[in-house]
Amino acid sequence: MLKVEAIIRPERISQLTPALDAVGCTGYHYANITGQGRQGGVEVSVGRGGQTTVRAAVPKTLITTVIPDELLEKVIDAILEAARSPGGGNLGDGKIFVSQVLDVVRVSSGERGAIAL
Amino acid sequence: MDTANLAWMLTASALVLFMTPGLAFFYGGLVRAKNVISTIMYSFIAMAVVSIVWVLWGYSLAFGEGGRFIGDLSFVGLSGIDINDGDGMDLLFVVFQMMFAIITPALITGAFVERFKFTTYLVFLVLWITFVYAPICHWVWAEKGWLFDAGTLDFAGGTVVHINAAVAAVAAALLVGRRRNPGLEPHNVPYVVLGAGILWFGWFGFNAGSGLAANGQAVNAFLVTNTSAAAAALTWGLLSQFQTGKMSAVGVATGAVAGLVAITPASGFVGVMGSIAIGFGAGMLCYFAVLLRNKTKLDDALDVFAVHGIGGIWGAMATGIFAATAIGGVPGVIEGNIGQLGIQGVAVGATLVYSLVVTLGLLKILDIIPGLGLRVSEREEDEGLDISAHGERAYIRDGAD
Repeated sequence: MLKVEAIIRPERISQLTPALDAVGCTGYHYANITGQGRQGGVEVSVGRGGQTTVRAAVPKTLITTVIPDELLEKVIDAILEAARSPGGGNLGDGKIFVSQVLDVVRVSSGERGAIAL
Repeated sequence: MDTANLAWMLTASALVLFMTPGLAFFYGGLVRAKNVISTIMYSFIAMAVVSIVWVLWGYSLAFGEGGRFIGDLSFVGLSGIDINDGDGMDLLFVVFQMMFAIITPALITGAFVERFKFTTYLVFLVLWITFVYAPICHWVWAEKGWLFDAGTLDFAGGTVVHINAAVAAVAAALLVGRRRNPGLEPHNVPYVVLGAGILWFGWFGFNAGSGLAANGQAVNAFLVTNTSAAAAALTWGLLSQFQTGKMSAVGVATGAVAGLVAITPASGFVGVMGSIAIGFGAGMLCYFAVLLRNKTKLDDALDVFAVHGIGGIWGAMATGIFAATAIGGVPGVIEGNIGQLGIQGVAVGATLVYSLVVTLGLLKILDIIPGLGLRVSEREEDEGLDISAHGERAYIRDGAD
């Protein structure tokens, strides 16, 4: 089992969730986060509009899902398709992280492993 | 009985009261999310505390006959004021003036937000109204007051309210000290704009009510108030546009407040062209005052002095410059009465010195009284005053119930 975490542009989430449903992903959760990547931070006003500062506070959305190994390429393709900016993608479109998951337990039944996904 | 005057002054009194919750939101939006309830409460509780102090002894000290420097105790508990005196206007004057007494100490709180101890603040409110606000109010507005007698022009409270609060704010910021970790951004810009909008709206009662009548002077005061706010908001917005490339909403809102402050003493004495000049001057001066204050060590957190102090001083002096005989019966410098500028300067200076010295003294005393003290603990400051002083959270982010 693999955990896929993707940081994407917030406005892309409404395209991404149906795409994940379509490839057979059985569940996911997401949250709005702030941070910065290689595109840098965001310039904001301070001191009553006379000064600005750059803060590492670009709004992004982090979506997390745990999937069976064989679904990985389909899920990655779905994320790339839904989250990449039109015209070949831009800096700030986001990043995908993939990691191993040791076990999964379904709370209602106590089932373990891939069957619990 | 002139019921038109009564009707307008009842309305104006309600408008002025509404400024205090407006100020609460203006200030509340500027602080961090963990201190917004605390900041709003500093203003809101003034509506409770000062209202009681005012009817018990505040009004009497300010407007009792007394002498040149303070009133007397002849109206304690409003004894001696019959509901039919002056066809009801005497009691209505108590009400109208009460609203000014409420907002003035609330203005001070912008300097010490995010760190001032709430229980001490309650005591401070009582003392400050008694020993600072009431005397200065008496000097400027009571018939026997020495500044009134000298011919000071302060239509709606440039000295009594704004300069007075602003210099007390400096005293408070000095004694309470800098915040441990000041936030960078306002936590809720819409609150700031909403609060400024309510202030702008309420200010019509503040200025157009200060002639105590529904007449042409009140209409003029309404117009110049609006015009000055507009000129200052635009000036501030354009300065921010030129300096940063974007027009900041907080900047425009602050500019409007600066313009309203500056026109306050002048609103019964100047015409509409004078008000454009006053608003423009307020926008320029206060904008650069904020930039300068950011370079100092004084943590006047929400720039009470830069906006209300500089704006108030500019307004008081500008009243002496732009006063027109056709509006308020008194000529200013542009009509050849250079002496008025000196009279205005004396009122500004006296207010600055008296309020600074007495406020410093009051706060020093509160600081050494066991169980009071000015500042919350470091842990409480880090936790935020909403939880540590009020046990409430403004925004429940987890939503778990």
